[in-house]
Amino acid sequence: MSAFSTFLAPIIQFLIAAILSSTPILYGTLGEILNEKSGHLNLGVPGMMAMGGTMGFLVGYYSNNLILALLGACVGGMLGALIYAVLTVTFMANQNVTGLTLSIFGIGLSNFAGKFALSQSGIGTLKLPDEINSQLLNIPIPLLCWIPEVGQYFAVNIFVYLAVILAAALSFYLHHTKVGHNLRAIGENPAAADAAGIRVVPAKYLNLLIGGGICGLGGAYAAMIISGGVWGSNFVGELGWIAVALVIFAAWKPGRAVFGAFLFGALRVLRYHLTNLILAPAALVPAWDEGLSSASRWASNSIPVAIYDMLPFLMTALVLVITSMRKAKEGLQPASCGTNYFREER
Amino acid sequence: MSDTPLRMNQKEPLVRISKQAELSDKKRMLLRLGSLLLALVAGGLFLLILGYNPLQIYATMVTGCFRSAMAIQATVKIIIPLLITSLGVTLAFKMRFWNIGAEGQVIMGAIFASYFALFCNTWPHWVLVPVMLIAGMVGGGIWGAIPAFFKVKFGTNETLFTLMLNYIALYLIILLRDGPWADPASPGFPKIARFVKNAQLDKVFGVHIGWIIALVLVVAVFIYLRYTKQGYEISVVGESQATAAYAGMKVQKIVLRTMVLSGAVAGIAGMVQATGSDMTLAEGVANGVGFTAIIVAWLAQLNPLGILLVSSLFGLMEKGSSVVESTFKLSADSSDVLQGIILFFVLAAEFFIRYRFTFRKQRKGGNEA
Repeated sequence: MSAFSTFLAPIIQFLIAAILSSTPILYGTLGEILNEKSGHLNLGVPGMMAMGGTMGFLVGYYSNNLILALLGACVGGMLGALIYAVLTVTFMANQNVTGLTLSIFGIGLSNFAGKFALSQSGIGTLKLPDEINSQLLNIPIPLLCWIPEVGQYFAVNIFVYLAVILAAALSFYLHHTKVGHNLRAIGENPAAADAAGIRVVPAKYLNLLIGGGICGLGGAYAAMIISGGVWGSNFVGELGWIAVALVIFAAWKPGRAVFGAFLFGALRVLRYHLTNLILAPAALVPAWDEGLSSASRWASNSIPVAIYDMLPFLMTALVLVITSMRKAKEGLQPASCGTNYFREER
Repeated sequence: MSDTPLRMNQKEPLVRISKQAELSDKKRMLLRLGSLLLALVAGGLFLLILGYNPLQIYATMVTGCFRSAMAIQATVKIIIPLLITSLGVTLAFKMRFWNIGAEGQVIMGAIFASYFALFCNTWPHWVLVPVMLIAGMVGGGIWGAIPAFFKVKFGTNETLFTLMLNYIALYLIILLRDGPWADPASPGFPKIARFVKNAQLDKVFGVHIGWIIALVLVVAVFIYLRYTKQGYEISVVGESQATAAYAGMKVQKIVLRTMVLSGAVAGIAGMVQATGSDMTLAEGVANGVGFTAIIVAWLAQLNPLGILLVSSLFGLMEKGSSVVESTFKLSADSSDVLQGIILFFVLAAEFFIRYRFTFRKQRKGGNEA
């Protein structure tokens, strides 16, 4: 390997790790963007991810079919979203309370179902069939993987490709289609949208359900890939809340969500790559070797792990404060978010 | 104007929603009890599908909590932090301030109290315990004041901001555990030392005195909300900030003060859990209590006496489900599922207090509220 490749390798490995770690968050964020664009601040993302993830995992486990598993994950997330939609759209229940309850319920149900399947399996673990696991392996990225020497590092799993396509599709949907524009109108002012002849309730149901389905896919990533194909309880962890936080960071735009998720993903894996990253330039300038080694030793010894974990939340809190201080006109939460629409109170 | 001529391309809807006069208190109570019952039936159906006898499971849940003095004490220990935290979020919710950050406020209360439990544990017991209590209140209060400050100053969204603060608080514990507060006597896995006897809460009837603190708080919050000027101000701000400002109330001050109080009460829960139950500062000191408290407060209609009832019910379910787990090998997560189902049903039932469905045939004109 040339010196330049030795320099590039740790950087590429870090970037790919960041992309992989950002993917489940990206799904959750894309789903939540659809929710909030419909005027619903859905705090049930962790619950929908958990329900989708477990459903996807169990369907994959019993059917040995990846496509069915992914569909199952969508359906699981949609079931959660359906509960939320019925309660907040039709029954006009408080969105915050409904969403939080959906999170507790969804995580509880997912753990319950997983442990039940575990007890039925007879052996101590619940492991995805090898065929599915092999389909979930990283696939080389076309073009990039043909680069000599470092091309081998460019590979990501099927979820990543799907997420990027989804983000592009959602961006097109929200900004370039009529139904997308209608949805944004609903999110800003449902009464005005209604007066303009847009069918508010069906649109809300549809988008909340699609949003839930997308969250479910994010859950499937957490359930099927992060744990290496073995089921474990509480697999969503804080991913769901990071996804909700990221919506603000992304200013409710799917395109920016991709970059935001990447940034958060990078923060989540930074600690495993920091030493190699700091050492990388030494491959080009051998004279720096000693200085860089001591710098990397310092970094790995004196930056507490908890700081890295805290960063995404600290950054989101900062973004929240800064956007509210700037009183920006753009990149704001859809105006009707959080309040339910009752037609007769127009 | 929904009763005036309908648009050409839209048929008259099959079902429409209209407002109705609010139901009487008695009917409301019946409606809620009915929805609770329906929720239990729904949960039972779920168990039935899995091949269990729901009556047997429910019975085990209840008897499991009362089968011995130890079981009752364990149940009470589960109820205490939930009850206190629910009282805390109630203060904020009365004001329509969406404090989703009780989890973080509990943690901060525990961290602040733990400082004294770890480093001032030679103080006389009767000094140390009140100091830890006040420290817990200060910790929770600060964590409540931060989002309130940004809310009144810049209008920062409190729902999301408090949510972020939860995790910042959680990682603060881990930060302390991994470094400055790590127990040198524990090699391998870092953890915070167990509190010495002097820094542990006393026990009355076999349960730490947190239960007395909790009951005192029930009464205090009840009186505060119902009979004091500040409590009245909270409900006016909750109804309408404009009205409150018009009546000469200093809305910003009220929001800040209430959030400090809300956080402080949650902080007490953290202090009590750390010094009475865990005897150390554990990562799981809050363990989701901050979120469940929101459900409890909402189910109880933000009424402190109702909160006592609902948190007891939830405590029973939690303890009961762990007994069910050991007896029937059904995971204890069933209590989360059941709590969720109950709230879903009650939320749906709330709708019928204020609204009703009108079907196409029976619809009459002039239904505007």
